Amino acid sequence: MKANIRKIAIFVEETSVEMGRTIAPPTRRAAAVAVIDNPYAGKYVDDLSELMAMGEELGELLTQRAVGALGIAGASAESYGKAAAVGENGELEHAAAILHPKLGTPVRRVLGKGAALIPSCKKRGGLGVVLDIPLGHKDAAFVRSHFDGMEVRIGDAPRANEIMVAIAVTDSGRPLARVGGLTKDQIKGEDGLR
Amino acid sequence: MPEVQVRKKLLVVEDIFHEGGPISKKPLQRAASLAVIHNPYAGKYVEQIEAFMDDLKPLGLEMARGLVAALGGDAKRIEGYGKGAIVGSAGELEHGALWHVPGGYAMREVLGGAKAIVASTKKVGGPGTRLDIPITHINASYVRSHFDAMEVGVTDAPRADEILLALVMTTGPRVHARVGGLKASEIKGEDGLR
Repeated sequence: MKANIRKIAIFVEETSVEMGRTIAPPTRRAAAVAVIDNPYAGKYVDDLSELMAMGEELGELLTQRAVGALGIAGASAESYGKAAAVGENGELEHAAAILHPKLGTPVRRVLGKGAALIPSCKKRGGLGVVLDIPLGHKDAAFVRSHFDGMEVRIGDAPRANEIMVAIAVTDSGRPLARVGGLTKDQIKGEDGLR
Repeated sequence: MPEVQVRKKLLVVEDIFHEGGPISKKPLQRAASLAVIHNPYAGKYVEQIEAFMDDLKPLGLEMARGLVAALGGDAKRIEGYGKGAIVGSAGELEHGALWHVPGGYAMREVLGGAKAIVASTKKVGGPGTRLDIPITHINASYVRSHFDAMEVGVTDAPRADEILLALVMTTGPRVHARVGGLKASEIKGEDGLR
């Protein structure tokens, strides 16, 4: 393990009623979040490859944990997203190094597929900062019923020299999706968009 | 008897490996099970509310069993517990107190007769309100290493006519516990205190 992980938090959310209507089966989403040491905290470092390697490692670990928490096979996941929050002694680019170069490949390996871009967001913040992880369908970014977001927060993270890395996976779209657009049964799955 | 209507559930599991000190061989795990239910007494003063405690028992048991499962499935691993409630703005604090009996009963039942009082807290609040749930050892309230807390909350709950119910379990002491006091190994286990 390249990353020094202080803690991992898993969130599983299940919505069974929305506006008085029963949602059957309930919509479910899970997020796995790791709190790691930022090896570059407090200084400018040009080469961020250490963080990129950690991103690869966390892509696999966190996706496995999220899918495991939902109790589904990777291939049954419908949408996904990723996010990172860098503690105050770090730089936004540190989040980018974790999220963008290498994290996606193991995510897609665990999920079997994943033609669509993994929607992401990043920020710098203090302890208890809120991450709104964007969600989109994993095989076709334009599936409107699956545009969503999941909020996660850990009271004691990120400390100044830490980074919080999050991956969210769902087995469903929004509870009462009804604003039209591309539906999941219309996915062609060729370009990751439609 | 009002039916218990669950809108949403959230399960949170934390694995804590270290907090700046030596990496624990056995990571501390903390888990919280949250349920967002409709408050049958919202918006009015109702004198007789006690019967709802019985209605909540099956939900309490389901949440307690879910926590044991999330922490590895063996009730013997559970060493700490706590509970709490957040009442939406159209309810009163006393509605949160309805959770004491069914929440506590459920955890004792599932843990096979834990002796210590279940530490608890409650408040009235809006959506996204956070609650710091106190945690103590399940058999002896004075075990100092197990005094802990877990912060929980759900962004979109409780709405005005809802109650957020929470149960928390942990698998051990704080990750770097070292401030003395009664140890888990010294528990007499007679009065639930020492």
